[in-house]
Amino acid sequence: METTIEITLTVNGERLTRRVAARQHLVDFLRDELELTGSHAGCEHGVCGACTLRVDGEIVRGCLMLAVQADGARVDTIEGLSDSGEIVELQRAFVERNALQCGFCTPGMLIAAADLVARKPAATREEIREHLSGNFCRCTGYHAIVDAVETACRARAGRKK
Amino acid sequence: MAEMRIRGGVAEGVAHDSARKHVTGEAIYTDDIAEPPGTLHAYVLMSTQAHARLVSIDVSGVVAMPGVAAVITAADIPGRNDVGPIFPNEPVLAAGIVEYIGQPVLAVAATSIKAARAAAQRARIDYAPLPPVLAIEEALAAQSFVAPPHEMKRGDAGRALGRAPRRFKGSLRIGGQDHFYLEGQAALAIPQEDGDMLVHSSTQHPSEVQKMTARLLGLPIHAVTCEVRRMGGGFGGKETQPAIIAGIAAVLAWKAKRPVKLRLDRDDDMLMTGKRHDFLARYDVGHDDEGRILAMDLVLAARAGHTADLSSSIVDRALFHADNCYFIPDVRLIGYCCKTNTQSNTAFRGFGGPQGMLAIEHVIDCIARRVGKDPLEVRKLNYYGTTTRNVTPYHQAIEDNNLAELTAALEASSAYVARRREIEQWNGTGSVLKKGLAFTPLKFGISFTNTFLNQAGALIHVYSDGSVALNHGGTEMGQGLYIKIAQIVAEEFQIDVERVKITATTTAKVPNTSATAASSGTDLNGMAAQAAAREIKTRLIAFAARHFQVPTGAVRFAGNRVIAGETDVSFAELVGLAYKARVSLSSTGFYRTPLVHYDRATASGRPFLYFAYGVAVAEVIVDTLTGEYKVTRADLLHDVGRSINPAIDLGQIEGGFIQGMGWLTTEELWWDKQGALKTHAPSTYKIPVARDLPADFRVKIWERGENPAETIHRSKAVGEPPLMLANAVFFALKDAVCAASGGDAHLDAPATPERVLLAIMDAKASAQKLAASAE
Ligand code: FES
Ligand code: FES
Repeated sequence: METTIEITLTVNGERLTRRVAARQHLVDFLRDELELTGSHAGCEHGVCGACTLRVDGEIVRGCLMLAVQADGARVDTIEGLSDSGEIVELQRAFVERNALQCGFCTPGMLIAAADLVARKPAATREEIREHLSGNFCRCTGYHAIVDAVETACRARAGRKK
Repeated sequence: MAEMRIRGGVAEGVAHDSARKHVTGEAIYTDDIAEPPGTLHAYVLMSTQAHARLVSIDVSGVVAMPGVAAVITAADIPGRNDVGPIFPNEPVLAAGIVEYIGQPVLAVAATSIKAARAAAQRARIDYAPLPPVLAIEEALAAQSFVAPPHEMKRGDAGRALGRAPRRFKGSLRIGGQDHFYLEGQAALAIPQEDGDMLVHSSTQHPSEVQKMTARLLGLPIHAVTCEVRRMGGGFGGKETQPAIIAGIAAVLAWKAKRPVKLRLDRDDDMLMTGKRHDFLARYDVGHDDEGRILAMDLVLAARAGHTADLSSSIVDRALFHADNCYFIPDVRLIGYCCKTNTQSNTAFRGFGGPQGMLAIEHVIDCIARRVGKDPLEVRKLNYYGTTTRNVTPYHQAIEDNNLAELTAALEASSAYVARRREIEQWNGTGSVLKKGLAFTPLKFGISFTNTFLNQAGALIHVYSDGSVALNHGGTEMGQGLYIKIAQIVAEEFQIDVERVKITATTTAKVPNTSATAASSGTDLNGMAAQAAAREIKTRLIAFAARHFQVPTGAVRFAGNRVIAGETDVSFAELVGLAYKARVSLSSTGFYRTPLVHYDRATASGRPFLYFAYGVAVAEVIVDTLTGEYKVTRADLLHDVGRSINPAIDLGQIEGGFIQGMGWLTTEELWWDKQGALKTHAPSTYKIPVARDLPADFRVKIWERGENPAETIHRSKAVGEPPLMLANAVFFALKDAVCAASGGDAHLDAPATPERVLLAIMDAKASAQKLAASAE
């Protein structure tokens, strides 16, 4: 039988304790055990970014991290970030600029983008493109995504002044 | 009273219907559907041999593994082991023989994907190897094809070539492309009562999944229902391939009598499923001193893989686009579907069109360099005319050519001539960085070339509160089809688009549908939905006329209201009244494209209702010491007719261009000598990322666009054509390579940095040789 380990973590602000398989990936744990299916599995080896999550404030690939590694951590998924209203500007910009088509990349893209908007709202288009280059989008061609992130950055920078 | 305009009518750039669900993660894809209790997970064991006889398969070790509920090989399939969409005998599970590395041999359903995968490794498969055929040339030499060759001709190419003042021969290699839909192939099969099967499938073609699943299970088609709300991208890769995935899941579910989910992981997906065909083009071209093409004899040979799948139609479409925008007086085109021991290549955005188009654009570029002219001049010189010089190699006259206008507009807005001069200056400075510039046009034929496929159905219900439910045969893969069709229905009823509920595509509501493919989704389903809406509207008008005692001509729908003479009621009120008066408020709608036909025997007809046009300019900078490059600017101008939703259409143009750029630049499929695909994951197979986007990207919809053909609201199809705007990137790279070597150069696709560097080195070496022999 496979080894299971008990972990306690905070997911989207809620503290929970669960027994998980030692080799279960964090993204599978969120999707299969917690039914948080907004994080997607695109490549399952750390390249496409569809599984991007936030763990203790840092963006990580949910397919490269084990659930047990999240023991004691604070995990934020697209569901939590949506509910808290934290990324509402970015979400609005994505909708308005049509920065999504099939939407499969969108949650991961938003979490990656939110990191930039928070840390560097003055980012240039070139920096935005660079920052998002770990997240694949096969549909949009990125142009609309870069536009949307730029809009959100400008809005945030404007408020900071 | 001032009339209110409805929200979300035709021509409004409303957001994608799922946009809000996408940004919150609420949108449900096949893998997100709540699993019924007892759901099993499937794993497919693939062939490790490119070509071998299957001597024996021993699954006793598999069955004994913990958690295993069912194991299937070809022998367990209760119906016919065949998912061939055009030709028969295309097995889901290998029967007696394996024909490529990656071919499904057996499948296991177990309590977890891990258990299924571990168990499958216990299978003992005895192969007796046979010699594989891997390359197009080998198959050509052996005359080994999966479908008969097809030839199109007009005039006498042989004679005209003999008489041409200038003539040259050559060849071009055109690489394939993996779809890399971000959501991989997935299906969930759930057994129903009476032995029926419900299949949730990530598919562009639910009717095909339904039909093939029924065939595999030995059931009539009505015993299977296939449903799909959305896909995480399709691009053609979910046209025929999902029948394999859903079929395996369904047979396992039938055997285990439990629901089974099969989701391929990325590596398995890339190893197992078909891709864009790679092509070899061989040409013999005659032209005059001005650069006018006089004659061409062109062979287009595609690597079809081990089965026919859709290859014959794809190669046909390559031939249909081997003229692109150019009139060729005497022409002969031959297409071959080469049988190889590799993945069975399949539909991919453009469906052979891009490969045919790249071949002719290459020829034009070569001619320009031979006569010493700017390639754009030679392109314009060869453009189809509007009333003369306007007949294609398949004898369809082109009646809607607006290339001259589009070209003039983009030439001016992109400052092509001035930039050409600047680039020549820059390239003259002796820098190791060279720049390249190219202008390419495209003409893309719209309609399925297999005429019977040009049909669609829709189903509309109006409920007693005036809310509307819409269903049609088209599928949503991100392209915005659902919202466009909803806009069309909203416009008909003159109600806000939110009043129209978009429902998942299911074979239970609209039967016998065609794939959402060939860019035809909106053209076909939009017309069908409009027809259904008009039927209900006609009934409502007749009722309103009776009820309010006005002539039918005095009833009209506008701004969420119905005006009947002096009376003005809300749409919902009228519907409520009609319901009480026992008026039927539900209707189907049907559409078949008029005018199209094609006779394969004579290779002539009118396969296309109309053409979509677009033009592009790209500029690149190349490091001639490493072959690395950047696309620094791209200007696109594309004709979508009268846009139904400009925001959605713009997304198709931007996304199509970048996807095409990936095909022609960084995306390289590489097989080893045994026939194993080695680039089967994003770690080795590189699709464009945000940093590859041109720093200066100017994308425009042709504002004067209007489809002369009677299409839905005079719009034009937009799914596939923009992909080919990326040809400009390829020829800009070739332009830079030529600048680096000081003469003509040869560049195959994809133009990876490696290939660019080799092209520069080759061209320099042959220029030196030429100089040495001249001394
Ligand atoms: S699924 Fe994690 S990076 Fe692709
Ligand atoms: S919207 Fe489809 S992958 Fe980004």
